[in-house]
Amino acid sequence: MEIFDLTIHELHEKLKAKEVSSVEATRAMLDRIEAVDSQVNAYITVTPEQALVQAEDADRRIAAGEIAPLTGIPVGLKDIFVTKGIRTTCGSRILENFVPPYDGTAVAKLKEQGAVIVGKLNQDEFAMGSSNESSYFGPCKNPWDLSCTPGGSSGGSAAAIAARTATATLGTDTGGSIRQPASHCGCVGLKPTYGRVSRYGVIAYASSLDQVGPLTRDVTDSALLLGAVAGYDPMDSTSVNTPVPDYVASLAKGVKGIKIGLPKQYFIEGLDPDVKRAMDEAIAMYKSLGADIREVSLPNTEYAVATYYIIATAEASANLARYDGVRFGHRAEDARGLAQMYSKSRAEGFGPEVKRRIMLGTYALSSGYYDAYYVKAQKVRTLIQQDFLNAFKEVDVLLTPIAPTPAFKIAEKLEDPLQMYLSDIFTIPVNLAGTCGISVPAGFSAAGLPIGLQLVGKPFGEQEILTAAYSFERETQWHLKKAPL
Amino acid sequence: MKITREQVEHVARLARLELSEAELDTFTGQMDSILSYVEKLNALDTEGIVPTSHAVPMENAFRADEATGSIGVEAALANAPLRAQSFFRVPKVIE
Repeated sequence: MEIFDLTIHELHEKLKAKEVSSVEATRAMLDRIEAVDSQVNAYITVTPEQALVQAEDADRRIAAGEIAPLTGIPVGLKDIFVTKGIRTTCGSRILENFVPPYDGTAVAKLKEQGAVIVGKLNQDEFAMGSSNESSYFGPCKNPWDLSCTPGGSSGGSAAAIAARTATATLGTDTGGSIRQPASHCGCVGLKPTYGRVSRYGVIAYASSLDQVGPLTRDVTDSALLLGAVAGYDPMDSTSVNTPVPDYVASLAKGVKGIKIGLPKQYFIEGLDPDVKRAMDEAIAMYKSLGADIREVSLPNTEYAVATYYIIATAEASANLARYDGVRFGHRAEDARGLAQMYSKSRAEGFGPEVKRRIMLGTYALSSGYYDAYYVKAQKVRTLIQQDFLNAFKEVDVLLTPIAPTPAFKIAEKLEDPLQMYLSDIFTIPVNLAGTCGISVPAGFSAAGLPIGLQLVGKPFGEQEILTAAYSFERETQWHLKKAPL
Repeated sequence: MKITREQVEHVARLARLELSEAELDTFTGQMDSILSYVEKLNALDTEGIVPTSHAVPMENAFRADEATGSIGVEAALANAPLRAQSFFRVPKVIE
């Protein structure tokens, strides 16, 4: 076992026992990045100098007996988190040279605990994508099979866990962008309830859907990292002021007697046979652990993708209006007049997927189409949210696949955006409903690619899904298998 | 057709995006197929349904009207593509 293979809690024990220092752990991680990241491209920016300064500081804290769960732990951040003095690109040319003047709240919380930030991770441009292929900084590869995508948009955050180039990472999830790459890369990814984690200092894509969450090697780490970043923040007026429970303390409670619902609309024809088999085995496992399994119905599931691509693109078109070449970001050189400076700067700075979504969103919000598209989608969102609330009257947790197939090949879906969008069918409804979901490793395809299982909880039911995930992980141990890299 | 090339050009102007001829052609086709897919929402009767703009029910969030710190002029201008003294410099607005 190398230092870079360890989980947060394993490394924490070694740091606490002074078996290893944070500087040693950080050097090991930086060496690992140097050795393998040219194959994976999980990092947009590596920050060795700052990381070693933070590691020395962590070692001083540990020597003084002030060790928190994340003190001295090398972590990576999706490049959507603004970091003071460290370039933050959001995977876009328009922010290629942007150096933020402040830290966002999640980042500040990690720093307060003494976590070591080793770098900024690859992602789809402005978190728009399901394959990490829309990044201006080149596609990220799946460590289990370098010809496959790691999923997206937090592709780098998931690939770094699988490649063991970060002990843990943070990502964001707007329509599945934590859970789907976690599933494709064989790690644990959690999207918390909307409002659980502050979005302050997270570059906005679709503000009513975006949420910050952890990608980790196991469920215990997920609980630890969520606990570290969760909580009310006056700087984000949509963050919710409810107490943050001790997510680790309740992990071992077990699943005996809990009611697990299987939404019948998620177990349909067309599900990849390997995914289907993994789900059947997981259901059997939960039965053997004493859970009460029943079928439930989420009748409006088939409308979720259409609803999402109206709401998310509409919000994106408004959020991305700020990239105008005036205060920060790319400015076109040879524009005549102010209006052309805007439209040329944006044309040069944004890639095709971002342009496509700005166009769709602008159209949906434009005069004459607002009611037909945007308001209609918001009404359907109400129905989808209602489906979940109704299901949670009958069961505690929902069990579903994360994606219809394991990781797909690079370039396979690039020419057909609609096919790419449809691959998010099992994750999008959770964002529309605003509730929480976790992806847990649940087996492998015949080709050796990881398959994830999704557990969906009630709003602020993170404890329940973490507990259910932990019971499964303890029995199956899929998470211990390592990518061949 | 759900959307014409002329409409796509109009939307590009609204969005302040200068698109090439090739991009206009590609987006017209792609937006047409996506909007055709989105049509399926019309199969649902949503008469009387309240639209959801936000997942968590919430009131306006107010804070006390007190001055707090700011990042300062130099930090605010540090990423400016072009500046003049303590201002962002832009091309002439009125010809």
